[in-house]
Amino acid sequence: MDATTVKKVAHLARIEINEDNINQYQDDLSNIFSMIDRLEALEIHDIEPLNHPLEMTQRLRQDTVTENDQREQLMQNAPEKADGMFLVPTVIE
Amino acid sequence: MTDFDLTQPETHSISELANALQSKSISSMELTQLYLDRAEQLDSKINAFTSFTKEAALATAQQADAKISDGNNNFATGIPIAHKDLFCTLEGNTTCASKFLENYQSPFESTVTQKTNELCLPMLGKLNMDEFAMGSSTENSFFGPTKNPWHLDYVPGGSSGGSAAAVAASLTPWSTGTDTGGSIRQPAAFCGISGIKPTYGRVSRWGMVAFASSLDQAGPMGKRVEDIAHLLNIISGFDAKDSTSSQQATEDYNAGLAQDISGMTIGLPKEYFSDQLDSNIATAIDAAKSELIKAGANFVEISLPSTDAAIAAYYVIASAEASTNLSRFDGVRFGHRSDKTEDLESLYKHSRAEGFGEEVKRRILTGTFALSAGYYDAYYLKAQKVRRLVLNEFKVALKNVDAILTPITPTPAFQLGQKQDPVTMYQNDIFSITANLAGLPALALPCGFAEGLPVGFQLLGDHFTESRLLNIGHQYQQLTAHHLARPTALV
Amino acid sequence: MEWQSVIGLEIHVQLSTKSKLFSGASTQYGAEPNTQTCQIDLGLPGVLPVVNEESVRLAAILGHGINATVAPYSAFDRKNYFYPDSPKGYQTSQFAYPIVHDGYIDIQSTSGETLRVTIIRAHLEEDAGKSVHEGQKGYTGIDLNRAGTPLLEIVTAPDIRNAKDAVEVMRQLHMLVRYLQVSDGNMQEGSFRCDANISVMPKGASEYGTRAEIKNLNSFRFVEKAINYEIERQIDVIESGGTVVQETRLYDSENDETRSMRGKEEANDYRYFPCPDLCPIVLSPEWIESIRQQMPVLPAEKANDYISNYSLSDEDALQIAQSRETSKFFEAMMAILPSDAGKIAANWLQGEMAAMLNKEDIGIEESKISSDALVLLIERIRDNTISSKMAKGVFEAIWNGEGTADEVIAARGLKQISDTSVIETAVDDIMAANMPQVEQYRAGKDKVKGFFVGQIMKQFKGQANPAVVDQIVTTKLKGE
Repeated sequence: MDATTVKKVAHLARIEINEDNINQYQDDLSNIFSMIDRLEALEIHDIEPLNHPLEMTQRLRQDTVTENDQREQLMQNAPEKADGMFLVPTVIE
Repeated sequence: MTDFDLTQPETHSISELANALQSKSISSMELTQLYLDRAEQLDSKINAFTSFTKEAALATAQQADAKISDGNNNFATGIPIAHKDLFCTLEGNTTCASKFLENYQSPFESTVTQKTNELCLPMLGKLNMDEFAMGSSTENSFFGPTKNPWHLDYVPGGSSGGSAAAVAASLTPWSTGTDTGGSIRQPAAFCGISGIKPTYGRVSRWGMVAFASSLDQAGPMGKRVEDIAHLLNIISGFDAKDSTSSQQATEDYNAGLAQDISGMTIGLPKEYFSDQLDSNIATAIDAAKSELIKAGANFVEISLPSTDAAIAAYYVIASAEASTNLSRFDGVRFGHRSDKTEDLESLYKHSRAEGFGEEVKRRILTGTFALSAGYYDAYYLKAQKVRRLVLNEFKVALKNVDAILTPITPTPAFQLGQKQDPVTMYQNDIFSITANLAGLPALALPCGFAEGLPVGFQLLGDHFTESRLLNIGHQYQQLTAHHLARPTALV
Repeated sequence: MEWQSVIGLEIHVQLSTKSKLFSGASTQYGAEPNTQTCQIDLGLPGVLPVVNEESVRLAAILGHGINATVAPYSAFDRKNYFYPDSPKGYQTSQFAYPIVHDGYIDIQSTSGETLRVTIIRAHLEEDAGKSVHEGQKGYTGIDLNRAGTPLLEIVTAPDIRNAKDAVEVMRQLHMLVRYLQVSDGNMQEGSFRCDANISVMPKGASEYGTRAEIKNLNSFRFVEKAINYEIERQIDVIESGGTVVQETRLYDSENDETRSMRGKEEANDYRYFPCPDLCPIVLSPEWIESIRQQMPVLPAEKANDYISNYSLSDEDALQIAQSRETSKFFEAMMAILPSDAGKIAANWLQGEMAAMLNKEDIGIEESKISSDALVLLIERIRDNTISSKMAKGVFEAIWNGEGTADEVIAARGLKQISDTSVIETAVDDIMAANMPQVEQYRAGKDKVKGFFVGQIMKQFKGQANPAVVDQIVTTKLKGE
């Protein structure tokens, strides 16, 4: 796991890591993946992956409106808001 | 029933507390106040709570007393409780022990806490944990580590370390925890209490902040098997709000506790009893086996060959799911927002870097890499295949045995601040993660001590066999007193 | 060099459910910001999704409508990316197992032939919220009312070869989703949006060129213009020695050009994986079949029936067939009228009726003239009680509530005179009084016939049957 990969992954995960810590992450992730790499040796091509232990099927919900306007409560934790909207620094499309 | 001792409510079982309340030997207000006082006095040493909700607790206690007076009460009405701080509650903050959610107030209630609220169980407060349930020592908490009540220099385990320590120190009669890879069972073992991770889908995940959605399961923690069976009765059941909630009918988990277990066959997987197992733990488990044999159980050796591969599979799956479950913590709609927000990208990156602790970041990066382009098949897909192997092996084994007995951890509790590299920490979860991968119920029970620190074992069973595990556990506790031992460090 | 363009479309259709794909919040358009959201839409900690039944049903209906397989097994994945209008940091979408796959639609291509366009897949996913750039200085406002609205993304194969055909594919699908009541298809409100994948290759080549994706085309006109612009741009790039880059571009309708969104998309790695909060959607063959059984006859098939049963023109047949309500009205009329009246019925629907509905801005289901009432009017035209010209006035009168066709005709004394003996006598009289004109006609001046017809119509105040008058005048003038 090289520094470039660590930076790329940190960018994908949107986590700022400063240069001083990159080595530490590099070491940690390398160790973790060398443990995980024991999967590589397994010959298990014909096995179906298991996503959920009970392998249930999706229950479907009736199409009814059950929620009313709760904007005030829902936005009570917003770091910045105005005119009923969450605010973020200007996004240019 | 022993006479109710007002000065030491903590020595009583849940049904004794219930009887005392119903016979009005004590009121819920008094009982709640007693626990609040005790917690106030002792929690400065243990740090099991992230916050107290004193006023709300007393208000609920008052309602509970009214219900009891009116005969409008349920069995447990009025018995105080505390919840792991990752259940969303309208009362107080819901922090997941993270700086990111330091001041977060949930606008809705989790199903688990809704159920305890409906019965008027006064909520004493929220319990400390490893941040976002990632860790096995409760040292990864923004609010500082929780201490093991048996030895304050030792960790209580994690991630439900606050839940286990609070019960062990009798700061609450019982508590809720969650278990993604052992987070109920390992702290239960380290603190000498009982706890069960139910079958996946048995307890609703609605309002339980997700770590790894396909592994997470909430469960009860308490001193006795009979206590946690009562709490499981309250919190389990189908919930339409959770797509992964099981519609299988619930049972009265206390109903079968007294049943004779003679003739039951219990499997001992040889992969779980290797040289890496601490000898004190091995000795304690041997003693537990003897007790169970006395009760009429038979033991047979079984094999679960994928155990070693399971640890790698677990860390891929848990980290992958966590990495995307935690993407919503972006500083836009709630939670921590960094001051360094000259643009959107820096808002995201700094808010997350500042808001998350090191272990959380490590897991997010691990999961992000495991899912990234070109690696999916090698990691995630393969891990899900191993997951099927693990389940299949359990299913085969459980055709021939009624339950499986294993250690929970290779070692007893370790010292606080004993810096361990992540991989060594992860390896310690080897005995507990398989139940989560396979979705099986797993009951943790104390079985003795290793140099003054509690140790435990677990009983695993097929899906939805909680009653049988609790039955075995209860019968074991009828023959032993480890679960009644009280930490001396606090007195 | 001659170039061949290759086009595939991705069309996002908002399904007409009352509540969202994963929550019970309303999908109604146009509410105050964030008033139609709940904790699930906002992705607050601790929430979980449960799939809306109606979205599954609507997807299955469309699947049958595009001759596709409705999958007995489909599943949701997470598409991971950070953007403020995507509250969870991922979009829940069907990636590996779409609910609908392997279908097609037929269109009339500009080449004159029928073009069969393969639909690779149609999958369920949640819509994003909206970023509002106006009004907040230095900030973008986030409104999540739209977040979680169910979308069906329909993906065609790159079977399309020019912009006009692309528009036709879009029109067909637009008509179909509305006809099947799967979506309101409102393009202004974003209920029907299109992305186009475009590449060019030398004519006759078999390997496609590098494609660019043009996002968010929300009108038929823009689709055509954007595609044509993009084709020209790519040809220019190649002919001037460059290479086309695989990228996402935005169509700027003001300047009629496409612009690169490069940089933003560069590092995307969506890390798709099965959403662990949801289980696979398993549909029984019986359920899938029951949806098929309930399908209305599709417009194309219906139009064919109209053409063969009532001799309608292709255009009339399609026009009527593609609206569920109009075709219902038409069929109600044809249940009473004989089949040779199909054409006149179609004419009235497309003519007076359409104009009136348009004027009052209502749908045919709200028409003030019932199908029975219109049938009676048409019968009166066919039995020569009134002329087509007179019928227009009668139509208006019925519309305005003056009674049935017969009542209006009686009240206004409009009954047409078709009695040949009465008309013959009148013609004889007028010819006798105007012999010079009779002579002119007989000398070959055909136009004079109009004079006699005019005189007769005048005498009968326009109520004589013009066809009968014309026939009698001609016979008598010719002295036959």
